Amino acid sequence: MTLRDKTAEDSPRSWVRAALYDARIRGWVFQAVVLVVLLLLTLWILHNTAANLRAANIPFGFDFLHMRAGFDISQKPIDYTLDSSHAQAFKIGLLNTIILSVLGIVFATIIGFIVGISRLSNNWLLAKAATVYVETLRNIPLLLQLLFWYKAVLSVLPGPRQGYMLPLATNLSNRGLTMPRPIFGQGFDFVMWALLVAAAIAWGLARWARTRQAATGQPFPVFWASAGLVVGLPLLVFLALGAPLTFEIPVLKGFNFVGGMVIHPELIAMVLGLSLYTATFIAETVRAGILAVSVGQSEAAFSLGLQPGQTMRLIVVPQAMRVIIPPLTSQYLNLTKNSSLALAIGYPDLVAVFAGSTLNITGHAIEVIAITMAVYLALSLITAAVMNWFNARVALVER
Amino acid sequence: MGSNTLSKLLFGAAFLGAGAVAASAGTLDDVKAKGFVQCGVNGAGLAGFGAPDDAGNWKGLDVDACRAVAAAVFGDPTKVKFTGLSAKERFTALQSKEIDMLARNSTNTMSRDTQLGITFTGVNYFDGQGFMVKKSLGVSSAKDLDGASVCVQSGTTTELNLADYFKSNGMTFNAVVFEKQEEADAAYDAGRCDAYTTDASGLYSIRLKMTNPDDSIVLPEIISKEPLGPAVRQGDDQWESIVRWTHYAMLIAEEFGVTQANVDEMKTSENPEVQRLLGVGEGVDFGSPIGLTKDWAYNIIKGVGNYGESFERNVGEGSSLKIARGLNALWSKGGLQYAPPIR
Ligand SMILES: N[C@@H](CCC(=O)N[C@@H](CS)C(=O)NCC(=O)O)C(=O)O
Repeated sequence: MTLRDKTAEDSPRSWVRAALYDARIRGWVFQAVVLVVLLLLTLWILHNTAANLRAANIPFGFDFLHMRAGFDISQKPIDYTLDSSHAQAFKIGLLNTIILSVLGIVFATIIGFIVGISRLSNNWLLAKAATVYVETLRNIPLLLQLLFWYKAVLSVLPGPRQGYMLPLATNLSNRGLTMPRPIFGQGFDFVMWALLVAAAIAWGLARWARTRQAATGQPFPVFWASAGLVVGLPLLVFLALGAPLTFEIPVLKGFNFVGGMVIHPELIAMVLGLSLYTATFIAETVRAGILAVSVGQSEAAFSLGLQPGQTMRLIVVPQAMRVIIPPLTSQYLNLTKNSSLALAIGYPDLVAVFAGSTLNITGHAIEVIAITMAVYLALSLITAAVMNWFNARVALVER
Repeated sequence: MGSNTLSKLLFGAAFLGAGAVAASAGTLDDVKAKGFVQCGVNGAGLAGFGAPDDAGNWKGLDVDACRAVAAAVFGDPTKVKFTGLSAKERFTALQSKEIDMLARNSTNTMSRDTQLGITFTGVNYFDGQGFMVKKSLGVSSAKDLDGASVCVQSGTTTELNLADYFKSNGMTFNAVVFEKQEEADAAYDAGRCDAYTTDASGLYSIRLKMTNPDDSIVLPEIISKEPLGPAVRQGDDQWESIVRWTHYAMLIAEEFGVTQANVDEMKTSENPEVQRLLGVGEGVDFGSPIGLTKDWAYNIIKGVGNYGESFERNVGEGSSLKIARGLNALWSKGGLQYAPPIR
């Protein structure tokens, strides 16, 4: 090291220079700059919005959430009256969106897996039928399909007075599926606890069986044992407590059924439309995932004497899952966002109730839209987080 | 469509958030610079109020309100462009300056008039809310609707009046709420609801759109006050005056028998009120103080006619709706339409 270099190193200017040439530090600096600029921009937008709203005489704030909503909502999973607040209406809308999305995801997944596997079936008719289904439904705009299903549901079903009487005091008409509402008596929570305990034991049992099978090769009928446990234990507790459960039976009074609970035609049409549409994409994802598993895997399984069903379940699908889950996640996200088309057919989801009625009655467009966007963002992030967790678990299977 | 509405609202919100919008004065200057009035009207097409006819020309009482303003500003009732708006979009469109004025069967209510940054300039149609039901239900009064499912459009006063009415009469109901009128109409038509509710004026035209109009009847009860009228943004007094006095000019013209056909002859009238209306005579100029020419009202009447003519043509005897003047008759004929004098 020469003398010149040494002095250069000591001087503060060259210290800065060295830092600038350090990729890591430079990265930090740039990120900080971007962050500050972004913050300033956000502040500027917020400030401007507030100023413009004030200039236009439009009040800004979130107090409106506590004001009386005063409108009715057809599907109320939790308590809601005309005197409830907009905040309560928001909760109802949110719950309705979640109910719709969860139902949609469950059905879309089931249908999607069945159709996806069917497309690869050796049965010509089944494979072709699956192909036709996929190619038709995924190429028609979802909104049209929803309107179609709604119209179909309404035209197929008769009026409430002529509705179809089904077993268990259930009735199907164009007012929906009306059924008895369970009223949980005293001590029913013990039944729930029993269910929880049974589920925990079943989980432990499954683990034990897996370890034992890995060690000794001896299989254990986990499914039947767990099923018996999960059904049996709560049932026992239930009976021991003297069956603390009654039902409110719906009765036809005047125009409609009074009492009981209803699944409205809007929900039926939405779940039908959303799940049948999304299932086409899931089917393709599943098909791609299965095709991604090399044929050698199946051949190896067959040569070990596994049945085709077992091969699919134990060898192919677990490996295909790694390919399937990431695109499956986007389908779930799409479905959740697409559920906001509900307002077209009168299903009271978050957009219809909150970004519809509440927005209009209160006029707080910016606040309402901001909250609504935040909710969809949060729902999507939660879904993505759960799926990523699941993905990580499945990925561990890799050897 | 739903997402489309959301994006429109978003756009409106973004607009309010973007660059500093100058205080809302100067609408007249903007309009003159553009060369036309941008007017928000009924998007679904409400016959008699705002709807395109077979040739695609906008027609209706509300449309005339827009044309009259164009006539007052430009002396030409065709210098106007229309934006079709749903119940949900209308006020945001006005707030975000997408339109210069709103004339879309909108009810003046206290919260709208005071909390949305908009001002209603008058009432061009006194309306009230009613119910339509299927005849087969055997219902003859709204009081018999306990337990009914009711189809209704969201974002309207209708939605709230419905709730109030059932609550105050101790009745239960189930509201099936749609974003668009067409969807509510179709659901009612398909039997999803026992009753349909909206402004009485709309009920008649909606009933005619049903597959079998004769299967439905309109119940006699009117459950609310719905003073429908044009609205403008708050804070631009000049523009507000122009829109308000355009309506008054049409009323005064009717009161004094000035019509589209005789307005030129009327220029020679000896009646001082008529002279002031038409801007005839030495130093008679009520137009320039509001940024218009002295023949502003003459142009309105020449362009669209007086209020009575517009009413008859669009919703009265000259139309398929055949609505009687009722509350909308002039004050001198037992109605509520009353204009302050020009002087
Ligand atoms: N006057 C009421 C209701 C106005 C209204 O939206 N009426 C309906 C039914 S007559 C309508 O015009 N719908 C047409 C649309 O939304 O495009 C209000 O101002 O809230």
